[in-house]
Amino acid sequence: MIQWREDVDAALEDAAAQQRPVLLDFTAAPA
Amino acid sequence: MTESFVPVRIKVRERPELMERLGAQWTPTIIVRGPDGKEAHRIEGFLEADDFLGQLLLGLGHLAIQQGHPARAEEWFADVLETLPETDAAPEAQYWRGVSRYKASNDPAALADTARAFEERYSDSTWAKKSAIWRVPAAAR
Repeated sequence: MIQWREDVDAALEDAAAQQRPVLLDFTAAPA
Repeated sequence: MTESFVPVRIKVRERPELMERLGAQWTPTIIVRGPDGKEAHRIEGFLEADDFLGQLLLGLGHLAIQQGHPARAEEWFADVLETLPETDAAPEAQYWRGVSRYKASNDPAALADTARAFEERYSDSTWAKKSAIWRVPAAAR
């Protein structure tokens, strides 16, 4: 099961700090 | 997948401003970005599972090229060809495998070999047309 992060800004900062790539999933599915 | 990426889900109904800020025009859209924020690959629109997986593998390949690892990129593209040969990602993978080999070796034979490979497989694809410029005339072979 993928653990999607929804704290976008923090996730992007963490990815940069950890030198990891990011997979951004834009969805319009209902919450 | 979480080993390869930090997976981030953006629910655009809740955060519509992030579409423009992060460069998405439609949903569903998947964007693969390097740690520096540079886009390596994107998937726009719905895809069935195999086609989606093929595109993700393409994304890993493009990411590897972006990060200066063409040999690793070649492996990702080869993975698409070996495991998902019937998907729309496969012709693109064949093209970029050739590019990766060239980038890793600086040997133009890698590009000529790729053009020849398209004569055998995926010859009707757009990627075959893109590789046509690499063909070595028969008399020169």
